[in-house]
Amino acid sequence: MTVSVPLRPARRVGSGPARSAQTSWPRLDWLLLATVAALLVLGGLLVWSATLHRVDLTGGDDAAYLRKQATNAGIGVVLAAVVAATDHRWLRLWAPVLYAASVVGLALVFVPGVGATINGSHSWLLIGGLSLQPAELAKFGVVLGMAFVLAERSEAHLRQSVNAVDVVPALAIAAVPALLILAQPDLGTLMVLTVTVFGVVGLSGAPKRWLFLLAGGGAAVVVAAVQSGLLAGYQLDRFGAFTDPSLDPRGAGYNTQQARIAIGNGGLTGQGLFNGTQTQAGFVPEQHTDFVFTVAGEELGLAGAAAIVALFALLLWRALRIARRAEDLFGRVAAVGIACWFGFQAFQNIGMCLGIMPVTGVPLPLVSYGGTSMFASLTAVGLLLNIHLRTAGRPGHGVVVRNRMARSRF
Amino acid sequence: MTAGTPRATGSPAYDLSRTRLVVIQVLVIALMATLLGRLWYLQVASGDAYQAQAAENAVRDVVVQPQRGLIVDAMGRPMAASRQSWVVSVDRTLLARLREHQQDRLLRRVAALVDEPYRDIRDRLLLCGAEGAQPPPRCWNGSPYQPVPVAKDIDERVAVDIQERREDFPAVLAEQQAVRDYPAPFGINAAHVLGYLSPATADEYEQARRDGDRTVTSQSQVGRAGVEKQYDKWLRGVPGSDGMAVDSQGRVLGADRNRRPRAGATLVTSIDARVQAVVERELKTSIMGARQTVDEVTGRRYEATSGAAVVLDPGNGSIVAMASYPTYDPQVWVGGISDDQLSRLYSERAAEPLLSRPTQAQLAPGSTFKPFMAMGALSNGYSPATRLNCTSSFTVGNRAYKNFESGAYGYIGFDRAMQVSCNTFFYRLGYDFWVKAGGDDATVKTRDPLVEGAKSAGFGHETGVDLPGEASGRIADRRWKLQYWKDNKDYYCEVGKEPGSDFLHVFAREFCIDGYDFRAGDAVNFVIGQGDTIITPLQLATGYAAIANGGTLWEPRVGKALLSPSGEVIRTIKAKVRARLPFPRRVVDYVDTALQGTPVDGTLAWKMGGFPLNKVPIRGKTGTAEVYGKQTTSWLSTYTKDYVVVMMVEQGGTGSGTSGDSMRRIWEALYGIDEEKVRPAESLIPGTTPPTRLPSVDARGLIEPPVIAAAGTSGQAAARPSSRGPG
Repeated sequence: MTVSVPLRPARRVGSGPARSAQTSWPRLDWLLLATVAALLVLGGLLVWSATLHRVDLTGGDDAAYLRKQATNAGIGVVLAAVVAATDHRWLRLWAPVLYAASVVGLALVFVPGVGATINGSHSWLLIGGLSLQPAELAKFGVVLGMAFVLAERSEAHLRQSVNAVDVVPALAIAAVPALLILAQPDLGTLMVLTVTVFGVVGLSGAPKRWLFLLAGGGAAVVVAAVQSGLLAGYQLDRFGAFTDPSLDPRGAGYNTQQARIAIGNGGLTGQGLFNGTQTQAGFVPEQHTDFVFTVAGEELGLAGAAAIVALFALLLWRALRIARRAEDLFGRVAAVGIACWFGFQAFQNIGMCLGIMPVTGVPLPLVSYGGTSMFASLTAVGLLLNIHLRTAGRPGHGVVVRNRMARSRF
Repeated sequence: MTAGTPRATGSPAYDLSRTRLVVIQVLVIALMATLLGRLWYLQVASGDAYQAQAAENAVRDVVVQPQRGLIVDAMGRPMAASRQSWVVSVDRTLLARLREHQQDRLLRRVAALVDEPYRDIRDRLLLCGAEGAQPPPRCWNGSPYQPVPVAKDIDERVAVDIQERREDFPAVLAEQQAVRDYPAPFGINAAHVLGYLSPATADEYEQARRDGDRTVTSQSQVGRAGVEKQYDKWLRGVPGSDGMAVDSQGRVLGADRNRRPRAGATLVTSIDARVQAVVERELKTSIMGARQTVDEVTGRRYEATSGAAVVLDPGNGSIVAMASYPTYDPQVWVGGISDDQLSRLYSERAAEPLLSRPTQAQLAPGSTFKPFMAMGALSNGYSPATRLNCTSSFTVGNRAYKNFESGAYGYIGFDRAMQVSCNTFFYRLGYDFWVKAGGDDATVKTRDPLVEGAKSAGFGHETGVDLPGEASGRIADRRWKLQYWKDNKDYYCEVGKEPGSDFLHVFAREFCIDGYDFRAGDAVNFVIGQGDTIITPLQLATGYAAIANGGTLWEPRVGKALLSPSGEVIRTIKAKVRARLPFPRRVVDYVDTALQGTPVDGTLAWKMGGFPLNKVPIRGKTGTAEVYGKQTTSWLSTYTKDYVVVMMVEQGGTGSGTSGDSMRRIWEALYGIDEEKVRPAESLIPGTTPPTRLPSVDARGLIEPPVIAAAGTSGQAAARPSSRGPG
């Protein structure tokens, strides 16, 4: 009876000297780090540019948002470093706690006095002058929670894949925050979450029929939500406004039109940072947060906007590469979950700016202004690094599957 | 498990995951490619369209009205200028971005601030023709994208208040706008010379756009009368536009591309403000005097409803002064005229002040017609030696035509007949020509030297003055009678069929039968300027100018030249000879000499005692025209070689009695006459005669009076008017 199933091909068996954990720093995914750093710097500049003349926001301090965003990124980088350096097992230990915390946060937004309603959604928590968006944390929580459950169950049965029975608890893990997010309602985050769950379940090796069932079930939920009147007419109009701005001319329709004008105004090389007329005159609402990509579109042109898309492609490539190389199911599922989350959220956000996706309030990961989103994204990057380090730091052998003894510690 | 390549030795689940990872990677690439494709489409393929939209978004084009050209007198004194006025307008596009209750609150605040009814502002913001819109001018007739002016000529404090509290007044603009200003040098009014402005109608705007005429915008003011209308396209200037970079709230961030407006040209007129002021004052004095005088015929005081006075330079037909009574304040049109003010201007009770009497009043000329009849007769068989009996009455058919006040002067020549204005002398002439022409048997083709004389002196036809709306007058000759009969016989024949023997019915029956017939009565009426012949005061002035200058009939001119704001002459408005009098020079000179006698011992002599006629030999002819059902029209025509002065007062009594004193004062002012002394230095115009040169514009844009060429004259005595030109 094998005690160990090689997750990775035994390619490196006996090849070269065993690598020690001490040499792990050079094995950081430098490309991933550089990509993230580039996105953070670009994001800071774009947020700065978008708020340069917004005295109503900045209160006259030109660089107020640049500083705030830098602070957010700084805190996020610290979080990422902590996560990256933490022992793998500790992370698994903390996963249920983080998950539970994000669910509590999502529930709290409905508590009067703590939750706040902004733009018709109960999406915010106001705690001691800090405003948090638990939905942003929930994405990370769900990814961790699902990875934890899937890994625990499969490893308990000494399997490298999940079966139908394993998928159900994983879906249950996702369902609780999803329902809470639907109740806010925050359609954008819900869509991201759905795609992430789908990716996680798919990549965990669940049978195809489960994927179809999941897709069918999701579609049914959407139909039901529309039919039951859970979504008000104006919400549907707002949702469809990207195809026909006249559905919501003062809201999403105006947004999508102004965003398109801003991006179209950029042309090939853009009008130059801090020089976009649409941007500097404040024509695009929410430009420093959800529509930050339009700043790049207008001021940096096709060159800059395509560079951001390329950076995300790079980020996803590294994330998927880490997933592919991950030595345990937890790492693989978590990395895939993060990739799906970042990938789809970026697509949805940029697609919204370009007028090919509905106007739903999701930020562009690592770029948009916003503390919670920044913390969640960077923590996720930290997790990616952690998984990578663990993979790269090991001498190429398969993962040691915990025995019952080891597992019993949890 | 099959052992193959190391990779293939993984668990099926692992392979499955790998496959699915590849699927995800493909999906990622597809999504990213979609984004890039869309980016390319937006930024490159349709970039131009979006760039245009962005430009439109961020730049609000505001039409900048050009400064309307000045209208100055011959000495460069501005008679119509521009001044800045504060206007509050509302941007409809920005207003629409506010919610209904916000709009309401905002407009109520604006209404309270500018002191206009809220309802009016609301109405004003609706496009004409839109649902619920009021008829013009209460609705907005201009472009939907132009800010709509809701209050004009507001207090500067209010404007500044609005400007400083932009946050409280989104979509509300307080701007300065140039409006017409009337500096009224020497207190002149000159409303009928200058004319007035009113906003371009939507139709005019559309027409201008179709014609590619950029000078008319939805906010343009267009000349409606006087030289404002005649020279509108020069005075108007070309509007510019200010592209203002604005932010999403419509706040102006700074100036963007702009096109400077081109100020309108300065119109130099031949009007002299000092003369104009005197003439206006004297016309009014004459009218007020007539109103205090009892008419011996009707026993009432003279109505003196209206009047006109014209001062013409016989040398080139330029108009030095032109007054019309009653008049109006051209200022009432500035910033929109109220309904009350407008109805007063058109009201008959106020004697229609809008009517320009010098060019639009048509009245029987009375005895002022006689010199032209005399020239016709003297050129067709009669001679200065002719002597006819000036009896107290002359009978034609069964009707006795009386001499004025039944005076009888015995056998006199043409000269004396004109000086004492003997009607019977001229009746005989008229009757003689009527008989010679064949009497009742004459046809419209029959030559009539007297009619020819009148026509060749410009009567019955527009003078061609550069003022719009001029009346043509009418010569009641055979041709006119026939035409009139044709046009009206149906009506009179119907009236004639009714029973009744009063004047109207008897006349109707006669008219129905032979109303076309130019009878002896018509002929004798015609020759003394009575009957159906009507003329305008300006026609009379040009006719007398022709006598004064030896026979040249000029087209009268108000405009002299158009100057660019910096002073270059854009266009000289040339004097134009309309015709030469067809009378031999000796005939014209004879009449000219004869008319010198009128102030000496003719009908004007009683008003001219002590006037230095030997130094300033004024010629004159009085006229008192009878009008059926009304009091007589007072006419007075006087001239020298330098000026022609004509005054008319409707229902104003006799020519000399009503206007004689005023006329004398005008002449005294023109020549600087003090008692019996002529002091050229005291004359209204330096050098006595109108300047031939144009005013100039100095480096600072100030208008300087023309240099008086003639040496030894008193150019320094004149007030030196200086004013800032446009631009």
